[in-house]
Amino acid sequence: MPQEHRQILKYVDQPGYTPDIECYLRHSGYEALKKAITLPPKTQADGKTTTGPEQIRQEVMISGLRGRGGAGFPCGLKWSFVDRKSGKPIHLICNADESEPGTFKDKQIIYKDPHQMLEGMIIACYANDAHLAYIYIRGEFVEGAKILARALREARAKNFLGRNILGSGYDLEIHIHRGAGAYICGEETGLIESLEGRRAYPRIKPPYFPAVLGLYLCPTIVNNVETLCAVKHITAMGGAEYAKLGTPNNTGTRIVSISGHVKRPGYYEIEVGKVTIGELIHDPCFGGGLRDGRKLKAIIPGGSSAKIFKAGEKFKLKGNSLLGREAEKEVELLDLPYDFDSIIEAGSMSGSGALIVMDDSTDMVEALSNIAEFYAHESCGQCTPCREGSLWMAKALHRLTHGGGRSTDADYLLRIADNIPGGRTICAFGEACAWPVQSFVGKFKDEFIAKGAADEERRMKPAASPQC
Amino acid sequence: MNESHTTEPIPNALLSQPDFAVPAALAAEADELITHYPVKRSASLMLLHAFQDHFGYISQQAVVWIAARLELAPINIYELVTFYPMFHQKPVGKCHLKICRTLSCALGGAYELHEHFCKKLGLDAKAHGPQTTGDGKYTVEFVECLAGCGTAPVMMCNDTFHEGVSLKKADEILKGRGQ
Ligand SMILES: Cc1cc2nc3c(=O)[nH]c(=O)nc-3n(C[C@H](O)[C@H](O)[C@H](O)COP(=O)(O)O)c2cc1C
Ligand code: SF4
Ligand code: FES
Repeated sequence: MPQEHRQILKYVDQPGYTPDIECYLRHSGYEALKKAITLPPKTQADGKTTTGPEQIRQEVMISGLRGRGGAGFPCGLKWSFVDRKSGKPIHLICNADESEPGTFKDKQIIYKDPHQMLEGMIIACYANDAHLAYIYIRGEFVEGAKILARALREARAKNFLGRNILGSGYDLEIHIHRGAGAYICGEETGLIESLEGRRAYPRIKPPYFPAVLGLYLCPTIVNNVETLCAVKHITAMGGAEYAKLGTPNNTGTRIVSISGHVKRPGYYEIEVGKVTIGELIHDPCFGGGLRDGRKLKAIIPGGSSAKIFKAGEKFKLKGNSLLGREAEKEVELLDLPYDFDSIIEAGSMSGSGALIVMDDSTDMVEALSNIAEFYAHESCGQCTPCREGSLWMAKALHRLTHGGGRSTDADYLLRIADNIPGGRTICAFGEACAWPVQSFVGKFKDEFIAKGAADEERRMKPAASPQC
Repeated sequence: MNESHTTEPIPNALLSQPDFAVPAALAAEADELITHYPVKRSASLMLLHAFQDHFGYISQQAVVWIAARLELAPINIYELVTFYPMFHQKPVGKCHLKICRTLSCALGGAYELHEHFCKKLGLDAKAHGPQTTGDGKYTVEFVECLAGCGTAPVMMCNDTFHEGVSLKKADEILKGRGQ
């Protein structure tokens, strides 16, 4: 039986659980921080000693934790890229900009269990020797920013934050920075520009890898809210123990946001890879199935930027057989495990963990038009292919959904989309706006052609002659 | 041929606010926010939020004041007001309704909800951008994903989220608002 495995969301939504520090402390809050900050130096087998912070970084490496913000990049590896020899201060930023369409998991943590996020963040700062950190929260979370401000005050009053934390000699300040309604602020270098008080124009990489040249051109770590919560649990239980959750290379738990045409949309925390897409949609403890009398048409597995899957699609996955030989097996969409690697192998991505379900009542042209409008609105405008391409695609889709379509529009859309990604743009938004178009039109081409052709036919018909 | 042109200054898109005055509490709040950053310029978004909370929109004078406080040129603040969608260049209604239009909400009836509000308030559901009623009480606007997609359709009334908004619930939100 598939089921939820609530670790981060363990207390969230329990009756009587409140976002204040007293409640958090009653639920063994800040114990992981106490453990982290008092870790004594350890002598390794080779005679080298590792400091407490180094040990935490090792545990995170061992845990196999992959970023929950979108790219799924291994967190321990990201931390290992931080330039610790530059002599410049190291900064950490918690990415609480949550704005990938379909995603609503970080909000649950921020609003209902803010101290868990702070604890993870403080541990991450300690592990990386950061003394100044920011929470970049999306502007619309006005209440969320207030909740976090209160949590910061409470943590400071208990000396979990501020000077000489718990007598360790370690100092840390965390501040809240509010965004103002621009999706591109979620992209880490755009976020950094925005935090520096400028337009959120993403920076070109190289050279501006945050780990080397981030905030104020200092080494900077940007991690998602959920990733930082996982750091707390890794510290509490140990990296090896954490790695037993989930599946190899796809460890731990992750929160899946399910929206669209299911009976029970909502957020569900699962062991990564232990639950299939079919179970997430149909199982009574997850999505609960489609609305009555409806059939599945398509799903988007990882937020609107991820490529769409068509119901009934089959994929060839390279699984490692027990003998260690690579064995290819065919997997149907509904049997695809919800993890990082399988979904990438199937040609899409689990992105921000947002599963959008569409049943057979959905008009694919309308749905894509909706997404394209989002990207046209949110492109920051620095790169010509992205700025112009996202707009042209939205315009073509607008005419297709408003009676002005052409049968050639499907190919026109593909031609534009094919010319945006692949290193032609500064940031991954280029991919994010092209992938939906490539995959929707690629997999539902008949619908796009039929719609355009019907419009053409209507226009060709002579206007009904006035009655004499 | 020698034609001489008189160059007109480019008009400032922001409104002028002749009675602009910054109360001491707001100035103190601004100065406190500036201490959160090692570089003053970083505080610009937070200052813009504080000013918008106080005045309801960002005026030419507000831009000049913030720029001076952060030791910047006004353009450095002005370009933020025109980039970030949450900053208003003119006053909005007392009740600002932001309705999410993105995919999950669209699948859940966001367009019907938006049309319902527009009809009730005598606004044009097809118009682009925010619209305010003649009496200045209500502003209706379509916005992008509000991170509540599991309870579509989602909207905000000023700073408060409303989830799973049926047309009936929409009427309740309108009732007693914007007075
Ligand atoms: C266009 C775009 C939007 C993004 N939006 C978000 C976001 O809203 N929240 C987030 O955590 N990461 C977002 N990311 C990913 C971040 O750039 C970054 O990879 C992430 O915050 C790293 O944290 P993690 O390693 O803990 O996942 C976005 C990326 C792109 C390209
Ligand atoms: S790809 Fe698009 S969003 Fe990213 S920097 Fe270029 S124009 Fe901006
Ligand atoms: S799509 Fe409306 S809240 Fe996300």
